[in-house]
Amino acid sequence: MSLTFQLDGEDIAFTPGQSIMQAARAAGVYIPHLCWHPDFPAHGSCKLCTVKVNGRFGSSCTMEAQAGMNVENRTAELDDKRRTMLQMFFVEGNHFCPSCEKSGNCALQATAYELKMMSPHFDMFYPDRPVDASHPDVLLDFNRCIMCSLCVTASREVDGKNVFAMGGRGILGRRIHINSESGRLADTDFALTDRAASICPVGVILPKRRGFDVPIGKRTYDKSPISEQVKEKAP
Amino acid sequence: MSVELETAISPEKLRRVAIDPVSRVEGHGKVTILLDDDNKVHQVRLHIVEFRGFEKFIQGRPYWEVPVMVQRLCGICPVSHHLAASKALDMMLGVKQLTPTAEKIRRLMHAGQILQSHALHFFHLASPDLLFGFGSDMAQRNIVGVVAAHPEPAKKGVLLRKYGQEVIRMTAGKRVHGTGAIPGGVNKSLAPEERAELLKEIYQIVAWSRDAVGMIRQLFEQNLPEYNAFGRFRSAGMCLVAADGAMDLYHGGLRARDADGKDLFDHFNYGRYWEVIAEEVKPWSYMKFPFFKSLGAEDGSYRVGPLTRVTQCDSIPTPLADREREEFIAFDGGSVTGATLGYHWARMIEMLHAAETIKDLLHDDDIIGHDLMATGQRQERGVGVIEAPRGTLIHHYRVDENDLVIRANLIVSTTHNNQAMNTAVREVAKQYLDGVAITEGLLNHIEIAIRAFDPCLSCATHALGQMPLEVAIVGADGTVLDAATRDQRGLIRDFS
Repeated sequence: MSLTFQLDGEDIAFTPGQSIMQAARAAGVYIPHLCWHPDFPAHGSCKLCTVKVNGRFGSSCTMEAQAGMNVENRTAELDDKRRTMLQMFFVEGNHFCPSCEKSGNCALQATAYELKMMSPHFDMFYPDRPVDASHPDVLLDFNRCIMCSLCVTASREVDGKNVFAMGGRGILGRRIHINSESGRLADTDFALTDRAASICPVGVILPKRRGFDVPIGKRTYDKSPISEQVKEKAP
Repeated sequence: MSVELETAISPEKLRRVAIDPVSRVEGHGKVTILLDDDNKVHQVRLHIVEFRGFEKFIQGRPYWEVPVMVQRLCGICPVSHHLAASKALDMMLGVKQLTPTAEKIRRLMHAGQILQSHALHFFHLASPDLLFGFGSDMAQRNIVGVVAAHPEPAKKGVLLRKYGQEVIRMTAGKRVHGTGAIPGGVNKSLAPEERAELLKEIYQIVAWSRDAVGMIRQLFEQNLPEYNAFGRFRSAGMCLVAADGAMDLYHGGLRARDADGKDLFDHFNYGRYWEVIAEEVKPWSYMKFPFFKSLGAEDGSYRVGPLTRVTQCDSIPTPLADREREEFIAFDGGSVTGATLGYHWARMIEMLHAAETIKDLLHDDDIIGHDLMATGQRQERGVGVIEAPRGTLIHHYRVDENDLVIRANLIVSTTHNNQAMNTAVREVAKQYLDGVAITEGLLNHIEIAIRAFDPCLSCATHALGQMPLEVAIVGADGTVLDAATRDQRGLIRDFS
């Protein structure tokens, strides 16, 4: 007999050791998230995947599924809190979707549409984050970084290069650093073929000279909302 | 064009009337008129009161982002900025010839833009003045009034614009602020079903565009003396023309003629536009004043846009529009070619040309091709020029070795017309306002002169850090306690 827990009233099957997020995704159920990626260990930092387990808040990406759990996910209360978190993500960086080449392919934007975020609500921080265009093939636009750390993990765990690191303190001080003497990407062995080059869920790590080459209507999230895509990709 | 009525000798003694904002134009501007006790006009200025700054904040951004970002200058003619920027960056990439599919898709997008923008201007913004009369009841003189009194042309205007927007959507991905053109080509061609969809209505669109030309011609026939004299002035002009001298709104060389119709330059390579054009800054407007270098700042102003294009080209390469061009030029011995309101007639001829161009391109199989991008030898800079609905649009970028923009300069259609619009409103002020009691209807005459140029004031405000300023601290008794000025080069002089 398979193990199950309840997610918004539906039975979700899981195998021991699976997180709530992994089990939900395998069942085609979308739990909003930004820093979690199916190929990497959970990080638990963005808090967007927070659910209520038996009435208490918890990160679905780090919490193991247990038989008989009662998990609330897409409730008005949780989506409202997620929307507020998203608004904070938007105001902490410089996210100008109208001229961003990641528009239509951006997880932050798609999640904001999913959660019906209509405005940033809070005052913009307008942090000063210069771009790093030194690398011949890759542009780093830190204005859009949401500190998910996926590039740090991918470079270290998959590419074995350790190109990126998180550093600094505070909302405006904390940022991605480049592990080179000069602090420039050009002075690392980073390559366009690295796993870290294609892991960014937003528009920070970008292949140069290709922006806007996919027409509107053919981009990832033009086809269907992010929640539908989880359903479509379920085994 | 003269600078008469630009600056009054003793403005402090004069009464000030302001039209703020100017209505039924894109963007925000105001007109100030200074009058003496006998209502005699001493000063008239069209001020552009917005500030933009795109040239500054595009610096440090990757070049491929530019065509998408700069089009946000405007919601009416974003395609023009999108294409001018793309053309500039084609040149920067060393692409001398686009693929046939890319060039024709861009031309199709541009024709859609011309069609929708000209329809919007004529039917929504200008027709209330023309159909109801310049000084008619303000409550009726608007698009709602046109819909009520003249439902057929109003409906055609709305549907013409809608069709142009559909052409843009299918070539750029969105009706407003799409992404179709990218440096070196386009990111999509037309799908066969999109082509079939557009073909269904294009013959109706051509027919309605012909009707629109007939409508403005009829208005001229009914009001010829007033229309011909309204805000009339002599002016030089500039536009792009094809290698054979024909009208080409997408690409060509620069042709400029003085007020007598004599060539100042012809088929000039726009990649060196700064050799023939310079810009002057005045302290009372955010909009610069371009002029032909060969004539100097005082006498070198010129006008651009439909009137210049239709009168300066040797022909129009679509038959119906070319026939209308010939009739326009021959009408009343050629008198309308110098009339400020002649802009409306010329604009409708261009709208017909755009509709015919769309029809021709829809029958060309290249628009459903798949060869979208071309490559070349990278350059440091690029200049792109296009004939936007309102006139010649110049984009100029320098890009560094890391692909970031380090300098940008935009000379926008309405900017070229700055002096011309100021001259037109001064002429109208002299004709209608001098020595009479001012009414709303009379002030609308000033706005009609501005509207003839279909200005996009939000696009055109580009002075940045060069505005000459004068600051004075004046004591309670009127004595100047301290004063400083900043000249056009940014140098500050303190007179204390």
